[in-house]
Amino acid sequence: MKKPIFALLLSAAAVAVQAAPYLPASGQQVIETLPRRGDPVQQELRRMRSELNARPNDMALATSLATRYIGLARSETDPRYLGYAQAALAPWWWLSSPPAPVRLLRATLLQSTHQFKPAIDDLKAVLAADPANAQAWLTQATVQTVQGDYAGATASCAHLSAMSIELVTITCIANVGAATGRSLKSEQLLDLTLERSSNAPAELQVWALTLLAEMAQRRGAANIAEARYQRALALNPRDSYLLGAYADFLLEQRRANEVATLLKDQIRIDALLLRRALALQQQGNAQRVALAADVKELAARFDAAAQRGDSVHQREQARFELMLRHDPATALALARKNWAVQKEAADIRIYLESAVQARDANAARPVLDWIALNHTEDVAATRLIHQLQAGT
Amino acid sequence: MKRLMLFLVLLCGAALPAYAHKPSDSYLSLEVQGERISGQWDIALRDLDFAIGLDQDGDGKLTWDEIRARHAAIAAYALERLGIATDQGACRIDTDQQLVDDHTDGAYSVLRFHATCPGPVAALTINYQLFADLDPQHKGLLRLMHDGATSTAIFDPAHARQTLSPTSPDRWQQFGAYVKDGVWHIWIGYDHILFLLSLLLPAVMLGARGTPSASLRESFIDVLKVVTAFTLAHSLTLTLASLSLISLPSRWVESAIAASVVLAALNNIYPLFRGRRPVAAFGFGLIHGFGFASVLIDLGLPQGALLTSLFGFNLGVEIGQLCIVAAFLPLAFALRGTWFYRRLLTGGSTVIALVAVVWLAERAFDLKLISV
Repeated sequence: MKKPIFALLLSAAAVAVQAAPYLPASGQQVIETLPRRGDPVQQELRRMRSELNARPNDMALATSLATRYIGLARSETDPRYLGYAQAALAPWWWLSSPPAPVRLLRATLLQSTHQFKPAIDDLKAVLAADPANAQAWLTQATVQTVQGDYAGATASCAHLSAMSIELVTITCIANVGAATGRSLKSEQLLDLTLERSSNAPAELQVWALTLLAEMAQRRGAANIAEARYQRALALNPRDSYLLGAYADFLLEQRRANEVATLLKDQIRIDALLLRRALALQQQGNAQRVALAADVKELAARFDAAAQRGDSVHQREQARFELMLRHDPATALALARKNWAVQKEAADIRIYLESAVQARDANAARPVLDWIALNHTEDVAATRLIHQLQAGT
Repeated sequence: MKRLMLFLVLLCGAALPAYAHKPSDSYLSLEVQGERISGQWDIALRDLDFAIGLDQDGDGKLTWDEIRARHAAIAAYALERLGIATDQGACRIDTDQQLVDDHTDGAYSVLRFHATCPGPVAALTINYQLFADLDPQHKGLLRLMHDGATSTAIFDPAHARQTLSPTSPDRWQQFGAYVKDGVWHIWIGYDHILFLLSLLLPAVMLGARGTPSASLRESFIDVLKVVTAFTLAHSLTLTLASLSLISLPSRWVESAIAASVVLAALNNIYPLFRGRRPVAAFGFGLIHGFGFASVLIDLGLPQGALLTSLFGFNLGVEIGQLCIVAAFLPLAFALRGTWFYRRLLTGGSTVIALVAVVWLAERAFDLKLISV
C-alpha cells in the first residue's frame, strides 16, 4: 500500500520540479527536436513558401501548398500543419465566396476542426458551381456520414460513381450502409470490390480495409477483422486512424501487450496515448506506475485543449474520464456533447457505456432512439443496451 | 537501492515527456501592479523556429546555445506583435530574463518582461498579432492577474484586439481575509501571547505581592489599561512600518520582542515596572508592532486596498488578543486567591522568562536551540 503512494509522490515531485521555467545548465543541452532542415519534404515546403511570399495572390501555388500541408497534417497527425495550410489561403479565407479550389480546401480545414456546418455550406457551394468535383462529393459524403445524415451521404456517394474509380464509390456507400442496417451486404460488396481493385492507390485500399475490419469486428468476427487489420497495416503502418481502430480491437480481445508494442512510437497523438493507457490498465498492477504517468499526461493534454477552447477530442476525453478516471458523470456529459456533433459507431459506444456506468438509462434515450431508427448493428452496442436494460 | 532506481526512472520519465501534437498556442500572463505590469510569455520553440529560424546548424536538435544566440531576435519578433495599452495610451514594454519551460507539446521559450503604463491600469487593451500571418489557428491564451483576482482571454486573428477590465476582487472578502490573517498571527505568535499574559498575570492582585485584594472592577480596569496601551502602541508602529515610513532590521526587532518577554516575566518575580505596567506595555508594544508589520509585508499589501488591508490585519490582531484576554480574565480572577495562582505567578513567569531568554539568544545570534 505504501509503495504506490511513494511512487505517486515521487512522480508528482518530478513534475513539480519541471513545472517552473528554468535556465538550462549547459549550452550544449538539446532543448527541443525540430524537423531537420535538410529533410526533402521540409525543403520543398520551404521553397514553396518563399515563392508564395513573393506572390501571395498566386492561387495555384497557394492551393498546392495548402494541399501539401493538409497531407502532412494527416500523415503526421499534426494539427499545426492545418494552420500553415490556412495561412497559405489567407488572401481568400474570409471571403464569403472564395474561388472553388480555395473553397474546397477551406471546407476540408473547417471539417478537420469539426466545424461541420460551415464546411457543408462551402461544399454545397462548390458543388453548385462544379457538379463534377469528385473530391467535393467525397468530402461531403464523409461529413454527412459523421453527422448521421445518411440520406444525404448516400446521394453524395452516388454522384461519385460516374466520376471516380469503383473502390471509392463502394467504400463511400458501404460506410453509410454499415451505419444503417445493411452491414453484412455492404461488407460483402466492399470485400468483392476490393479484390477487384488491386491497382487502386494504397491509401484507398487502407481506407477500405480498415472499414472492412471494423465491420467484421462489429459483427463479432474477430479472425476476419484481425486479418484485415493486418493487411491494412502492411500497406501503411503509421495511419493513425487505423492504429486507433486496431488498438481498440486488441483491447476488446484483451491483447493489451500487443497494444503497447503497436503504439510505441505514436504517443504524441492523444487518441493513441489514450489507447496505450487503456492497455496499461488492462495489464494490471505491474504497469501501475506507467499508467499513472500516462493518465497524468493525458489530463494535461485535455486541459491544454480546454484552455484553447477546443472540443475536437470530446469522444476521447469521455473515454478517458470513464475508463481511466472512473468518473461516469463527467464522461456522460462529454459523450452527450460529442453526440450533438458526431454520430459514428464509436460515439454510440462511449455514450452507451457512460450511461451504463452512470446508471442513467434515461440519458441514453437519444442514442437508443437513433439505433432503433437507423437499425445500427454492433455487438458491443447491443451488449451495452442489454446492460442498460438490466440495470434499471 | 530499488527505491533509488525507481526514483531515477521516474525522474527520467518526467524529464523526457512524450510531447503531444497539438495546435499552436502561446501562454501569456500579465500581473498588474499599479502602473506597472509584469509579464511572462511562453512561446513554443517550434513556432519561433518556423517564424525566425533558431536551429542554426539545421540538424533538428535545438540547443540552449542556439536559442540563447537568438534571444534578442525572439524578444524583438514577439514584442513587435504585442500591444498593451490603457485609456491613457500605450504601455512601454521592456524585456527582462528569457528562460525555458516545458508544455504538453514541447519546449517553450519563456520571455519575461515588464510594461510601464502612462497611468494606473483600470482597463487594458491588448492587441495580439503573434503568428497571425504564419498560422491563423494559433491562439494566445491570456491570464490577467490583478489584486489577486484572475481573468482569462483567448486571442486569435478574429479576436486580436480585446479590452479587459481587470476585475477587482470583492473588497469585503479581501478585508475578511486580512482580519483572519491577523487573528491567525496572534494565535501562532507565542511571543506576543506570552508577553501579554506576563503583563496581565498581576492584574488580579493589585495589592501587596501575593495578596488577592483586587475587585473584579479593579482587575478589569487594570487589564483594560494594559491592553489599550499595548494596542495603541503596536497599531502605531504597525501602520508606520507597513506604509514603509519607518523600518528597522528584523533581527533587531525580533530580539527586542524576546527581550520584552523576558522583562515582562521577570517583573512578576521582582517588580521592575512597579505601577507603571501600562507604560511598559506601551513602550514594548511599539516593538511588537514592528513584528506584526513584517508579517503583513510578507503577506503583501495590495496597492489598491492598502489601508483597508492594514486595518483588517490590525483588527484581526486585536480580535485575537481580545479572545485571549476574555479567556484569561475570568479564569485568573477566580483563581487569584489560590496557591496555584501564586505558584503560577512566580513559577510560570520563571518558565516564560527562561523560554524567552532562549529566544533572545536564538534571534540575537541567529541560532536554532528549540523547535517552537
